[in-house]
Amino acid sequence: MRLNIKFFLQIVLILILIIFVWIILNNLSINLSRTGIGFDFYWLSKPAGFSLAEKPLRYSPSDTYAWALFIGWINSLKVIFLSLIFATFIGILIGFARLNKNSFIGLISAGYITVIRQTPLLLQLMFWYFVGFLNLRNNNFLNFNQIINFSVQGIDLFGIKFSSEFSALLFGLSIFSSAFIAEVIRGGILSVPFGQWEAFRSLGLSERTGFIKIIIPQALPAFIPGLTSQYLNLAKNSTLAIAVGYSDIYAINDTIINQTGRAIECFIILLSSFLILNLLITNIMGLINKLIISSRK
Amino acid sequence: METVLIAKNITKSFSKGINALNKVSFTLVKGKVLVIMGPSGSGKSTLIRTINGLETFDEGELNVLGIKIDSNIDERKIKKIRRRVGMVFQQFNLFPHLTILENITLAPINVQKRQQTEAEEFGMYLLSQMGIDSHAKKYPNQLSGGEQQRVAIVRALALKPELLLFDEPTSALDPERINEVLDAMRNLANQGMTMVVVTHEIDFAKEVSDKVLFLDNGKVIEISSPDIFFSNASHERSRKFLNQLDKN
Repeated sequence: MRLNIKFFLQIVLILILIIFVWIILNNLSINLSRTGIGFDFYWLSKPAGFSLAEKPLRYSPSDTYAWALFIGWINSLKVIFLSLIFATFIGILIGFARLNKNSFIGLISAGYITVIRQTPLLLQLMFWYFVGFLNLRNNNFLNFNQIINFSVQGIDLFGIKFSSEFSALLFGLSIFSSAFIAEVIRGGILSVPFGQWEAFRSLGLSERTGFIKIIIPQALPAFIPGLTSQYLNLAKNSTLAIAVGYSDIYAINDTIINQTGRAIECFIILLSSFLILNLLITNIMGLINKLIISSRK
Repeated sequence: METVLIAKNITKSFSKGINALNKVSFTLVKGKVLVIMGPSGSGKSTLIRTINGLETFDEGELNVLGIKIDSNIDERKIKKIRRRVGMVFQQFNLFPHLTILENITLAPINVQKRQQTEAEEFGMYLLSQMGIDSHAKKYPNQLSGGEQQRVAIVRALALKPELLLFDEPTSALDPERINEVLDAMRNLANQGMTMVVVTHEIDFAKEVSDKVLFLDNGKVIEISSPDIFFSNASHERSRKFLNQLDKN
C-alpha cells in the first residue's frame, strides 16, 4: 500500500512540473510573438554600436555584440579572480586574528566581521566608489614612491592602471567576502578537537609550531565547503558591478537588452555564463579537497 | 630521596564560587607512583593538568622538577616543565594526520632539535618495547584503542621525560583492551619511572602505586599507602567511594 501512495505522489509531482514548464513556455511564445522579435542568435554578429569604458582587449563600437560580451566576460573574470585572491588573504588574516578571544586584535576583527556582514554589499560598493575613490579629489591621494598610487582615476600599481570603477568593485567584493571567509576559517579551526591543542602543548611544542603542524592540517578539510560557497557567492555578487558602472558581463548584457530587446537570449547567455563559471569553481575546489585528503593517506 | 613534585595549597575556583581545587597539597618522590582517585567531578583531571600547565590555578604554589610556578602564568617556565614532563590523555589525542612514527618523532625533532634519523631510531626502539613497531607507518585510525594509547605512551616517552602524567588512560578503552595498556604502565613503574596516574582501576592502584590521593569536591580527603587505603580507609567518604567502585 505504501508503495502505491509513493508512486501516486511521484506521478502528481511530475504532472505539476510538466504543467509549470508548459505555462512558462506558453508565456514565452506569446510574448515573443507579441514583440515580433523572434528567437535567434544571429544578432550576435552585428555591430554593437556602444562604447566600453573598460576594455582589456581591443574594442570599438563597430565590433560585434559577441565581442562586446566576450570583453564583459573577461572583465567579470578579472574582478572575480582578483577579489577571490584578496578576499581569501584578508579572510585568513581576520579569521586567525578573531581566534584571540581577549586581545585587542581579536576585538578589532570581531568588529570588522560584524560591520561588514551586517550591511548590504550594494551599500558597501557605493561607499567604496563614491566615498573611497571619487572623493580623492587631487590626482595623487596616496603615492608611495611610484609603486602604488590611489587617485580619483583608480589605482596605479607599477604603471598598471586600474579604473576607479574596477578598484571600487575589487575593494567592495574583497572586503565583503573576506568577512564571511574569516568566519569559515574560524569555524574550521574550532572544528579541530581541543584535545589536539592540549596534546601538542603537553609535548612542549610552541603555539606557532603546533598551530601550523597540528591544527591547520586538520582544519583544512573543514575550510573547503565553506570557502566554495563563499567563492560562488563572490562570483554571483560581482554582477552588482552595474551599480558602479563597471562593464562586466551583466552590465553589457543589460545594455544589449535595452538596445535590441533580446531579453531571452541575453538571459540564456548570462545564465550559462555563470553556470559554467560556478561549475568551474566548484570542480576546482573539489579537486583541491581531493588533493588534501589524498596527501594524508 | 629526590622530591620531584611538591604541591602547596593549590586552589582553583570557578566563576560561581565553587572550588575546583581546594588547598590541595602533596609531594611525590622520584621513582614513585602516585594514584589519584575520586568520584567524577572531584577535580582529579583539573589537578593533574595543573602539573604541566594545561590548567591554571588561583592560589598556592607548585614545584615541578625544581621549577616553581604559581598563579602568575609564566609561559617560559611552563614550557620548560612540558619538555621534561610527559602526558597521556583519556582520548589518546594522537595526531590523526600523521603516521604513528611521525606522531612520536614530532616533539623530539621540533622541541629537542634532534636529528630525524636519531629520533626515528629511538621511536622505533620504544615502539618495539611496546610490541607495536609493525604499526609505525600506519595512521592512528587504523589502530585499536589499546594500540593507540600505547602509541600515546611512546609519544610521551620519546622526550625522555622525568615525570609521566596519566589522565584516566584506560577509561575510553574496551574492557578487553585495558590490560595491554595497564601492563605497559606497570612495566614503566617497574623500570623506575615517576608517575602520577588518575584512574579507577583498583587492582592496578593496589599493585603499582606507592601512594593514593583521594580527592572529593576539590579537597584532599586522604593520602595513604595503597595497603591502608584499600583495606582500611581512614575516612567515611573514601570507604563509600570504594564500595561504589566494587559494586560496578
